[in-house]
Amino acid sequence: MATKTFGASIKRKEDPRLITGEAKYLDDVRLPGMLYAAILRSPYAHARIKNINTEKASKYPGVVAVFTGQDFKDLPALPCAWQAGGVKNNANTPRVLEIDKVTHAGLGVAVVVAEDRYIAEDALNLIEVDYEPLPVVVDAEKTTFPGAPQLHENAPNNICMDWSIGDADGTNQALGEADVVVKQRLVNQRLIPNPMEPRGCIAQYMPASEEFTVWMTSQTPHIMRLLMTAFVFGIPETKMRVIAPQIGGGFGTKISLYPEYCLMAALARKIGKPVKWAETRRENYIATSHGRDHVTDMEVGAKRDGTITALKVKTFANLGGVLATIGPGVPTTLYGRVLSGAYKIPHIYCNVIGTYTNTAMVDAYRGAGRPEATYLVERAVDLLANELKMDPVEVRRKNFIQPNEFPYAPADNILAGLKYDSGDYEKALNKALEMVNYEGFRKEQEQARKQGRYLGIGFSTYIEICGAAPSAWIGVGPGGQGWGAAMWESANLRVHLTGKVILTIGTQSHGQGHETTMAQIVAEELGIPLEDITVQLGDTLGTPFGYGTYASRSAAVGGMAVYNSAQKIKEKAKRLAAHMLEAAPEDMEFHAGKAFVKGSPDKGKTIQEVAGAAALAYSLPPGMEPFLDDVTYYDPPECTYPFGTHICVVEVDADTGQVKVLRYLSVDDVGKRINPLIVDGQIHGGIAQGVAQALWEGAVYDENGQLTSGSMMDYAVPKASFFPDFELGSTETPTPNNPMGVKGVGETGTIASTPAVVNAVMDALSPFGIKHLDMPLTPEKVWRAMRAADMS
Amino acid sequence: MAQTVSITVNGMAYIRDVEPRLLLTHFLRDVIGLTGTNVGCDTSQCGACTVLMDGVAVKSCTVLAVQADGSSVTTIEGLGSDGKLHPVQNAFWEKHGLQCGFCTPGMIITVVDLLNRNPHPTDEEIRHGLEGTLCRCTGYQNIVEAVKHAAEAMPV
Repeated sequence: MATKTFGASIKRKEDPRLITGEAKYLDDVRLPGMLYAAILRSPYAHARIKNINTEKASKYPGVVAVFTGQDFKDLPALPCAWQAGGVKNNANTPRVLEIDKVTHAGLGVAVVVAEDRYIAEDALNLIEVDYEPLPVVVDAEKTTFPGAPQLHENAPNNICMDWSIGDADGTNQALGEADVVVKQRLVNQRLIPNPMEPRGCIAQYMPASEEFTVWMTSQTPHIMRLLMTAFVFGIPETKMRVIAPQIGGGFGTKISLYPEYCLMAALARKIGKPVKWAETRRENYIATSHGRDHVTDMEVGAKRDGTITALKVKTFANLGGVLATIGPGVPTTLYGRVLSGAYKIPHIYCNVIGTYTNTAMVDAYRGAGRPEATYLVERAVDLLANELKMDPVEVRRKNFIQPNEFPYAPADNILAGLKYDSGDYEKALNKALEMVNYEGFRKEQEQARKQGRYLGIGFSTYIEICGAAPSAWIGVGPGGQGWGAAMWESANLRVHLTGKVILTIGTQSHGQGHETTMAQIVAEELGIPLEDITVQLGDTLGTPFGYGTYASRSAAVGGMAVYNSAQKIKEKAKRLAAHMLEAAPEDMEFHAGKAFVKGSPDKGKTIQEVAGAAALAYSLPPGMEPFLDDVTYYDPPECTYPFGTHICVVEVDADTGQVKVLRYLSVDDVGKRINPLIVDGQIHGGIAQGVAQALWEGAVYDENGQLTSGSMMDYAVPKASFFPDFELGSTETPTPNNPMGVKGVGETGTIASTPAVVNAVMDALSPFGIKHLDMPLTPEKVWRAMRAADMS
Repeated sequence: MAQTVSITVNGMAYIRDVEPRLLLTHFLRDVIGLTGTNVGCDTSQCGACTVLMDGVAVKSCTVLAVQADGSSVTTIEGLGSDGKLHPVQNAFWEKHGLQCGFCTPGMIITVVDLLNRNPHPTDEEIRHGLEGTLCRCTGYQNIVEAVKHAAEAMPV
C-alpha cells in the first residue's frame, strides 16, 4: 500500500453512524419487558434517615416495586480502588442506596421501578422520608477546623488522607535563603464535567445461569465488571458481561463505579426483568462526580535573576461526602508528582490534605490533578515574574529543563522514580512567540493602555504526564502509588480468511476516535487497507481485558498493544510466507503488506494471501497454529510527557469587567501524531474546557450544601460564541519510551489553557496593581477588583 | 386521558394515542422508536434534541406531542435522501465536526435551519447561530468549519 496511514488526517470511520442517528447510546437500548427505575435522592446535604414510607408509591398504578437501602443491606458499600495517601481505614464510599445517613445532597435513598419513566418519576413524589437534618460543611479547608460538623466517625476532622512528597527541610531552607519569596493562596474551583450524554445503566439477569448483562455508560467496562463482581456482588467475573455502548463523552466522570450501576443489577436480579435507569441532567449535576476543588497555599522562592530555588505547596483537596472509585488518586499522584512543571526546581515539598465535605464526590475531570498542578506552577512563575519585574517569558526560559537534560528526574524524587522522557520546551515557546508576534503585542498593549483599553497576554509553558502507567509504579506494591490493580493494555488482532481484520481492544473510546486511529496503526504496520480493518470495543464479551480510556493513555499504552500485536502477526506472516515460497524464514522481510525474500519484493506473498493460507491451514510449517490471530498485553516501561506553550490574548472591558479572549494560540508537542485531524480536535476541545474554567465555570454550593449551580441554566457550559478560532501550531519530539513515538493528547488542552487565560487577565489588570484573582474571572469579580483598586 | 395525535415524521404519518404531558422528544424516541434524537438536559439548554418542525428548528423537549399534532417533523434519520448524506451531515464528517457524537444530531439540524435562513453566514453569525446547542467535545471550531463547508456545498 503506497499511501501512509500513520500520521495522515483521515476522516473518522465511526462517523457515519453518528451523523445519521444510527448510533445506539445507552438510553437508545431497549430490551423486551424492560422496566424503568427512578431514584429518590436526598434533598439534604447531611442528614440521618429516620424512616422511609413507600406505601403510597408502591400502590401507584404502573409501579412494579419500590425499594429502600434496607432492601440491599446484603450488598457492601462500593469499593474505593485508589486508596492513595493513606486512605486505608476511612474510605467511606456510597452504598447502592443509603441506609442510615446521607453525606451529600443527591445520594440515593429509595428507588421506584415502573412500567415507564413518567410513572416512575410520578411515584417518587409519593415516597415519604423522615430526615433529621445535620449541620453542614462544604469548604475543602474549613471542614478540618475545630467545631466543624463531622461526616464520618472513622475520619476525625473530616480528614481522609494526609499525603506528603518531596523534601520539607530542604525546601524550607531554600525558601529561607531565597532572594525573593512569593506566597499566594490559590483556589482551584469545583467544576461540573458535563459530558453531553448523562450516565445510565440497563441490567438484565438470567436466573438459570445466574448471569448478569449490564449496559452502562462507561470509559472502563472491564474495571466495572471486576469491581461489581469481586467487590460488590461477590461472584466470579464470568457471571457478568458489561457492555459500554456508544458513549457520549465522559471527561473522567464515566471512569468510576457508581451506586446506580450496582442498583440496576440488584434490581434486575430481584425483579427478574431488565431494568433501565437513564440519568437526568439534574441528577448528573448532583450525583455524578465533579472535578478540581482545591484550596492551596503555595510559596515559591527564587534568586534575584529569576532562577527558581524552591516550591512549597499545601493543598486542601475536597473529595466530597463519600469517595469515588479513584478520587484519592487525583489530588495525590496525578497532582503532586507533576509540580515541577517544565522547570528545574531544586527543592519541592507538597502536602495534600484530602477532606470530606457535604458535597458531591470529586473525581477525575479531564486532566485530573495535572490541570490543578499546572495552574499552580504557571501562576507561580507569573507571580514571581511580577515580583521581580521580569518578563514572564524570560523567567520561563531561565528555568526550563534543557533538551540535553532528558531523561529528567524532578527534584526530591517527587515523580517517584520516573523521568521526563524528551522535550525541547524553548523551541515550542519560540514558535508560539513568533505566531503571536510578542514584541508587536507589547507595543500594541502599551498604546492601548494610553487609550484606556486593557489588553493582556498570558503564557502557559506546560508539561503533562500521559500514558498511565507502568503497573508496578502505579500499583499497590512497595513504593507504588496505591492504584488497586495494574495499568497495562491489550489488543487482539485477527486477520481473517478474506484478509479483513477485526481488532478488539481494551481501551474504550468515548469520542476519541479509536476505531480510526487504532485501525491506522494496523493499516500502517500490515499494509492492509483502512476500510478492511474493523475495530471493536466496549464489550467484556469479545474484548481482551483492558483498563479503559482516561489519562490520555489510549494511544501510548493501548496503541502500543496494537502495534506490538501487528509485529507478532508480521513475524508469523513471514514464517508462513517462507514456507509458501520454499524460502528460509530468516531471509524474509515484510514491507507494505507483503512478505518476501530479501531483495525480491516482486516474488512475495501479500498479507491477504498469507492470511488465507493461515486460515485454511492446508499447508503450514511444522508446529504452526492455524490463523493469523494474536493477543498482546502491553505494560509501558514509563509514562510519556507532552509539553508545549499556550498563549492567550485578552481584553478586559474597564467599564464592565468583561474579559474577551481576542486570540488563543497553542504549540503542542504530543510526540508523533497518528491522526493530526483528531489531534487538533482533541486540543480544540481541551482548550475550550480549560478557558471555561478560567472565565466562566464554577460549581457553587451554598452553606446548606445545596448546589446552586444545579442545572445548565445556572452553570456556564460555554457556547460557540464565547470563543475565537484557536490558532494551533506544533513541534514533534517523539518519546523514546515507545517505538511509535506517541505521547498522548486527550488532556493537553485542558491542562495547559487555564493558567494561560488567568495570566493574560492578570497581565491586563497589572496597571491596577491587581496580582491575583481566583477563578472564574467573571465580569463582576473583575469589575469589583478594578473598582477597589481605583478607590485605593 | 390519552389524546390522539397525527404527526408526520420524516414523511411518514403516525397516528398515536398519547398522554397530554408527553414531550415530542419522547414521542419520537419512545413511541415511534426514532432514537437518533438525543436528550442531554432537562432545562432546554443543550439542544441535543433539536428537530425540524414544519421546517423550523425546535427543541423537541420543549414541545408537547399534542402541540405537534398535524405537524411535519424531520429528525436526523430523515435528513439524507436516496441513500445519500445531507450536505450538512457530510460536512460534519469531512471537517471532523464531531467527537462523541451525542450533540451531533441536534447540532446538524440546527445548522440545516441556520443555513436555510442564512445560506452564507459569517463566522460570527455561525457562532451566534449555534448558541442554542451545546457541544462539550469540539470547542466548536470544527463545527464552524463544517458549517462553512456545508454552506459552500449546498445549492442556494
